[in-house]
Amino acid sequence: MTVTSVTPPRLAGSPDKGEPRRRARRTLRWLLPLGPALIMFVIFMVGPILWSVYIAFTNETLTGAASVNSQFVGVANFVKMFSDEDFRNSLLLTFVFVIGSAVIGQNTLGLIIALLQRGRGRAVRSVVNGIVIAAWVVPEVVAAACWYSFLAEEGTLNEALAALGLSQDWLYSAPMIAIILANVWRGTAFSMLVYSAALSDVPGELLEAAAVDGASTWRRLVHITLPLIRRSILSNLMLITLQTLASFGLIYALTGGGPGTDSQTTPLYMYEQAFRYFEIGYGSAMALVMLVIGAAFSLVYLRLIKVDT
Amino acid sequence: MTRLAARGAALVSLAVIALAFLGPFLWVLLASLQPDANLAAQPTFQFSLKNFSAVLTWETIYHPIINSILISGSTAILTVIVAGLAAYPLSRYTLRFKRHFMLTLLFTTGLPVTAIMVPVYSMFFRFNLYGSIPAMVLFLAASSLPFSIWMMKNFMDGVPVSLEESAWVDGAGWVQSLLRIVGPLMAPGVAVVAIFVFVGQWGNFFAPFVLLDTPEKQPAAVTIYTFFSQYGQVAYGELAAFSIIYTTPAVVLYVAVNKYLAGSFSFAGSVKG
Repeated sequence: MTVTSVTPPRLAGSPDKGEPRRRARRTLRWLLPLGPALIMFVIFMVGPILWSVYIAFTNETLTGAASVNSQFVGVANFVKMFSDEDFRNSLLLTFVFVIGSAVIGQNTLGLIIALLQRGRGRAVRSVVNGIVIAAWVVPEVVAAACWYSFLAEEGTLNEALAALGLSQDWLYSAPMIAIILANVWRGTAFSMLVYSAALSDVPGELLEAAAVDGASTWRRLVHITLPLIRRSILSNLMLITLQTLASFGLIYALTGGGPGTDSQTTPLYMYEQAFRYFEIGYGSAMALVMLVIGAAFSLVYLRLIKVDT
Repeated sequence: MTRLAARGAALVSLAVIALAFLGPFLWVLLASLQPDANLAAQPTFQFSLKNFSAVLTWETIYHPIINSILISGSTAILTVIVAGLAAYPLSRYTLRFKRHFMLTLLFTTGLPVTAIMVPVYSMFFRFNLYGSIPAMVLFLAASSLPFSIWMMKNFMDGVPVSLEESAWVDGAGWVQSLLRIVGPLMAPGVAVVAIFVFVGQWGNFFAPFVLLDTPEKQPAAVTIYTFFSQYGQVAYGELAAFSIIYTTPAVVLYVAVNKYLAGSFSFAGSVKG
């Protein structure tokens, strides 16, 4: 960032008299263009976060007496949260969902596809890329519709399995597996693209030299390729974890969190408490917990990448 | 010999993966063209455009799609203007707080917007903004700002300062130099950011679902959900046709900016700010 930062030529004036005015003018020079962004950001992003800190400590609801004048209830919402069986269940399911679909599913599959594509012809690469990316570009509600039709009782999968007598309603018998598969399908493209970019920076001569020395494909992968792209792996893990933590539309449209609470991850539980039972205070307390978890991952991500500003 | 076998194995694996990813699409593609489609993808040899003509009505498609265009379009335009202005001092001036500012932007891109929806809803309710499309667009634009400012600044850094210096000598202020010199030169970058925001909001389901009050205001993302959550009485062929019509703009726009976005995937490894 040293090359492009050139300040406009400044006229040499008397330093003492014009000093405050010049300083004000110099402040205005960056404040004016940054202003609209700052105002919007403060009102619509910082505002809600501070607001959630406030109402998480009240009994705010949308209906009944507490909707007119809500009261300060201290940490009651947080105490309730951690003794709430359904909330703990949602945290566990969110954990399973993140590990299953992001850390294991998208990350591993994305890396595998990127590795398999190395050295393949242009035609093969663009066909595979095209199909995988298509699943990523499709809006989440459409992705849910695709997977619903695939897994539902009268769906494609059962139609295919009917001959074997294995038909069942997958969305009822295995809702977590259903949402994990759907999210792997939808999100793998991101990891694949990250790893394709990272692998293109691994010098080919290094791998060839190792091959000449008799290192097997597996050893070359573990001892050369993976260590060289470890930064990309870690930051990709952080990014997809953040995206998956917040996943709502796909799960909501596919299983609705059900049957019962069997696939109700924390965003869905928060939605249910806040918008179906109108417990806004309680919902905001959960929102705060999610924000803190998200912020922690985001900080780790910042430490991992090299940012040169 | 082993080389050939490894090559063959890799190609076979890629083919299996590609087919597996293609699987869930089959139903949408087939059902949309079959007059009496049900949930399973069944290859019959009856094809018609009946489903498409059935959903091409004002209520089912046109109105929600127009809402989507209005919401995503105004969010994209507003974001690009505000982010473009903000990127200028960050790209051109030496500012003491710049590094911290850019890091904060990057940090906020990681925060889960989903979590903010409850307090945003509660705030909108308090300030009588619930159900207001302009208020929602302001929120959507604000949530797209961190990433957009970041991208805009990178594109702006690519425009050489030397071109502006002569304009400064002629007495042009930053507004003129941004509008006349930097803006036109980074037009492709502006388009990429605008399309990126547009496609993101095109698929956004949660925000309009929570912040808008009547079905007439809802974009296609929500309409399509209401369409298919009526279990049991869904016309599946029509749902598939609707899905295809709604998805097409997102795919087309993605293909248009694909080339520019490809470079940003080294993003995860190291970030140039």
